[in-house]
Amino acid sequence: MAGYNLRNIMGKISKGFSSASRSGLLWPLIFLGLILLVNAVINPGFFDIEIKDGRLSGSLIDIMNRSSYIILLAIGMTFVVATAGIDISVGAVVAISAAISAYLIGGTLVVENGVQQYVSFMPMPVAIIAALLIATALGMWNGLLISRMGLQPIIATLILMVAGRGIAQLITSGQIITIYYKPFFFIGGGYLFGIPFSIYIVAAVLAVVMFLKKRTALGLFIQSVGINKTATRFAGINSSNIILWVYAFSGFCAGIVGLLVCSNNKSADGNNAGYNMELDAILAVVLGGTSLAGGKFYIMGSVIGGLIIQSLTTTIFSIKEIKPEANLVVKAVIVFVVCLIQSESFRKKVAGVIFLREKKSL
Amino acid sequence: MADLKPIVEMKGVKKSFPGVQALSGVDFRLFEGEIHAIMGQNGAGKSTLIKILTGVYKADGGSIVYCGSQCRFRTPLEAQKKGISTVYQEVNLCPNLSVAENIFIGREPRRFGMIDWNKINSESEKLLKRLNVSIDVTKLLSSYSVAIQQMVAIARVLCISSRVLILDEPTSSLDEQEVNELFEVLNKLKSEGMAILFVTHFLDQVYRITDRITVFRNGTFVGEYLTKDLPRVELIFKMVGKDISAMSAMPQKCLENVSDNKAADSLLEIKGMKKQGSMNEFSLDVQKGEVLGFAGLLGSGRTETARLIFGIDKPDQGECLVKNELKNISSPSDAIELGLAFCPEDRKTEGIIDELSVRENIILALQGSLGIMKYLPRKKQDKIADEYIKALGIKTADAECEVRTLSGGNQQKVLLARWLATKPSLLILDEPTRGIDVGAKFEIQEFVMSHCKEGMSIIFISSELEEVIRVSSRVAVFRDRQKISELSGNDLKEEKIMHTIAGGQ
Amino acid sequence: MNKKNIPILSCITGGKGGNSCGSMFNFKYLLLAATIALFIIMFGIGSVSFRGFFSLKVFFDLFIDNPFLFIAAIGMTFVIITGGIDLSVGSVAALTTMITGTLVEIHGVSPAVVLPLVLFVGSLIGFLIGIMVHFFKIQPFIATLGGMFLARGIALMINTDSITLNNSFFKAVSNYHIPVIGNAFITINVVIILIVVIAAVILAHYTNFGRTVYAIGGNEQSAILMGLPVGRTKILVYTISGFCSALAGVTMMFYMPSGNPLHGVGMEMDVIAAVVIGGTMLTGGSGYMLGTVFGVLILGTIATLINFQGGSVNPWWIRIINAALILVFCLLQILFEKKGRKIAKS
Repeated sequence: MAGYNLRNIMGKISKGFSSASRSGLLWPLIFLGLILLVNAVINPGFFDIEIKDGRLSGSLIDIMNRSSYIILLAIGMTFVVATAGIDISVGAVVAISAAISAYLIGGTLVVENGVQQYVSFMPMPVAIIAALLIATALGMWNGLLISRMGLQPIIATLILMVAGRGIAQLITSGQIITIYYKPFFFIGGGYLFGIPFSIYIVAAVLAVVMFLKKRTALGLFIQSVGINKTATRFAGINSSNIILWVYAFSGFCAGIVGLLVCSNNKSADGNNAGYNMELDAILAVVLGGTSLAGGKFYIMGSVIGGLIIQSLTTTIFSIKEIKPEANLVVKAVIVFVVCLIQSESFRKKVAGVIFLREKKSL
Repeated sequence: MADLKPIVEMKGVKKSFPGVQALSGVDFRLFEGEIHAIMGQNGAGKSTLIKILTGVYKADGGSIVYCGSQCRFRTPLEAQKKGISTVYQEVNLCPNLSVAENIFIGREPRRFGMIDWNKINSESEKLLKRLNVSIDVTKLLSSYSVAIQQMVAIARVLCISSRVLILDEPTSSLDEQEVNELFEVLNKLKSEGMAILFVTHFLDQVYRITDRITVFRNGTFVGEYLTKDLPRVELIFKMVGKDISAMSAMPQKCLENVSDNKAADSLLEIKGMKKQGSMNEFSLDVQKGEVLGFAGLLGSGRTETARLIFGIDKPDQGECLVKNELKNISSPSDAIELGLAFCPEDRKTEGIIDELSVRENIILALQGSLGIMKYLPRKKQDKIADEYIKALGIKTADAECEVRTLSGGNQQKVLLARWLATKPSLLILDEPTRGIDVGAKFEIQEFVMSHCKEGMSIIFISSELEEVIRVSSRVAVFRDRQKISELSGNDLKEEKIMHTIAGGQ
Repeated sequence: MNKKNIPILSCITGGKGGNSCGSMFNFKYLLLAATIALFIIMFGIGSVSFRGFFSLKVFFDLFIDNPFLFIAAIGMTFVIITGGIDLSVGSVAALTTMITGTLVEIHGVSPAVVLPLVLFVGSLIGFLIGIMVHFFKIQPFIATLGGMFLARGIALMINTDSITLNNSFFKAVSNYHIPVIGNAFITINVVIILIVVIAAVILAHYTNFGRTVYAIGGNEQSAILMGLPVGRTKILVYTISGFCSALAGVTMMFYMPSGNPLHGVGMEMDVIAAVVIGGTMLTGGSGYMLGTVFGVLILGTIATLINFQGGSVNPWWIRIINAALILVFCLLQILFEKKGRKIAKS
């Protein structure tokens, strides 16, 4: 009896392993697990989730909440990378989106019926839609340069990255605009049914994306474009349009993050908002298993990659003995380790060293 | 001609890759002052043997004797240094460097420790003169034709003073004139004592220029023969391993399907189409159920015509009628919607999506025509894929294998399957049998014939006149970006077509 | 023989006479000419619009104020010609200044020991990145991104604040003026720039290493099959870039004696911009060191123009103008390439 159960369990575990590794999620999950484990050892109470004031709180909730920026950017970035492209302008678009929403909302003190209230410059929905539209338009600008003019992705998005900060600064006139309009704070800082609202936003975007991937041919077309753009075009698929829309979507995601950032910080800093976020997003995508060379992509992998990066940051900040600047060094080491593991030549060389005696036909 | 001792002698060479035994104990000899061909179908092991000889791969077993002593080259560079050089089909040189530099890079003459450009330029000119080529060596390599680039590659080999020259499919991109010039050079080198190894699919060329033939089949050594002592039929028999006299019988043509009522049965009609830099003004028509062949030399405009028909390139002027209705085809998706299909010449860069599975490659164009929203259910995809794998005899472990693991012939079949799945009325095939072994070649030609019997029209483009004549009911002849004539009936003979191309009428 | 010359001639004259496919050869010179012309035009505009602009001082200041850009851009040019990219330049420069600052100021080690050491460290970082790019086939973008994080992180871990260099050697070098003509002078940094540029030109055009760099950018597979030392060369270009980044850090300290962990933040983008504006294509295989020099000069001129304009112009316009320039030059490159291909076809 016991033997049968054990075999059953082992069978189920190995099936789970092979399906996880086939879906490309194995390594990112292991990695995330490791980090959480380290935390569990170092931080007692890391896994505690309490309910305070009707809201869930705890380190885990914290990580999920803060990682919303990276995860949203990484989702958009995953599609871009799958087409063998890259978008280093997302940080700048975040700044612009934050600047626009801050500018349009602001918040001036007004007295109504004897009660002091903050009123927004423009109706909040208008401001939100404006920020998202402009962010998407900026993404389309990138997409047009790349698909119609034939610019290389890194240089096209470099242009927006360099110009974007300048544009954001122009919008805020070089100042940091502070927002006083309370309802706006809900986006980044609010809680719905006890869970941070930002998690709902991420979940909504994720749901739409996964639906598109599973129920439409979008996944197939994007992979096809990334692997061989010419052949895809000859097969009657409009590669140019697909490329245009993935960059537009990336811009859209950056627009959402801009709103979140602005809402969380209650201000927009054209210089610092979204700083280095593009690098974190790219890192999350790479950690998630999608190759920078384009082709097969893993959305859930990028999500896990984002969680990994945020957990890392949280872990490092919580250990008092380590300087917070070590975050960068640790990220670098992770980049190298993950890339080496993903690199076939590295795996072959290691295998060659380990299995020195065994004769393998390579 | 033959020296007493071969300069290269390989015995019992073995090599295997994961899942595949590429070479199982083959022999090979090469003498100085001869031109020697290795023949065999795709997958027979020809390129594997060459890669072992030139140091790209390491053999699992066997011996290699070069210039009398055992050796094993670890890298192509080592092989080059010892005197074995290879000129590949894709002319592996650097297009962004000058001709002179491509010849001398890696061993540039120096003056005071710095590269002596004057010497490089003058020496390269001398080397190229040996090959009857006079060009400006300071211009970029990319500004010259493939034929010239191949001469530059050979010049580089001479610069290294090689003793063994290996040519891998050197004539695939050359026209008749250029092939003659290449063969002149090879004969000259042979008389100077060079040992030349020649790999090609073109039987004519083998019989024209080689002295000896070695045949491989499925990784085994079949035999080494003097060319003059080996008749063609026997050679093919040894390569394929079965009697194919039945194959070379002329199959029935689709003449019965082509009715007299031209207007009613017209599928495609092009009037006065032209595009600057691509094609001069041309007109053509395709009837339902007929095979229209395109014949002509390289660069004569056949592929350009196909690209214009299919919407890949936009014409400057011209009308296009599909089933007697005026249509505007401005992109491949327009063409597909109208029932056209196009199997391009270069399947690697324009055809297969190598990292995707066989299934995904097969349903790709079909899905493209349905659009993004109407996603084919997985079950349907599997069904379609299995159907065509069976119908075309695609050799693959299963439909989920990545296409890049398949051999050239099977990749071509996957590509064909992709277009068949869209159930087109007109299928354009551009060099569908290039680089494919004899067996698969016949399979594809048979397939062409059977589909036209079912009412599909086909435009068949090929550089092999014999092939074009075999399958077509009508042949359009092209020369220098112009469609000059159409031949049918009794005119469908090789000499007549070549005559037409050359300028007679 | 005559028989051979006819097809060749038709290629050269394009069958119609006049247009030669040798213009493919010329178009790269054309790009360089465009860059140089742009610089002259911009300098001209400045000279006409502002008093005191057209002077040797302003011209020399372009070199005096930007030695780090010049040197890092030369290193970057080598990398980009091979078709790669190096995002770590700013961070390695900062790390260099921090190591120097700590060792010299806090531990009292002599600059004569520290300077060669930091140059070695920079080269070592570049070397390791090169190994990752070549042996383990990691994409240059991500490998140098990791290098960037690593160097910046270590610099910040050494000290989050800047360290002022009170060492007499640095003070002496940063104050040293070499008189040229009249009142115009140059600094030691400028001499370093000159040496680096000359060395780069010799390396690029007169050594096997340099030609292999171009070959790799043209077609790496071919370069391997031609027997060129591709692996060695690739690792070496990243090592050179690391060395140049470290040297850039050294010139930063000669310019302003201090170690600052936030030096060169965003500098990699300026460097890439300078290289692109200088006519080097990001796809690799072509580019001139001289072009990069003029690329940096152009960026410097823009900043100078805005300075002269005074406080009425928002300095953030510099970013937008830089971005616009990159866009224009890239479009030009694409245009020339398309034209070159059209001519070669006919």
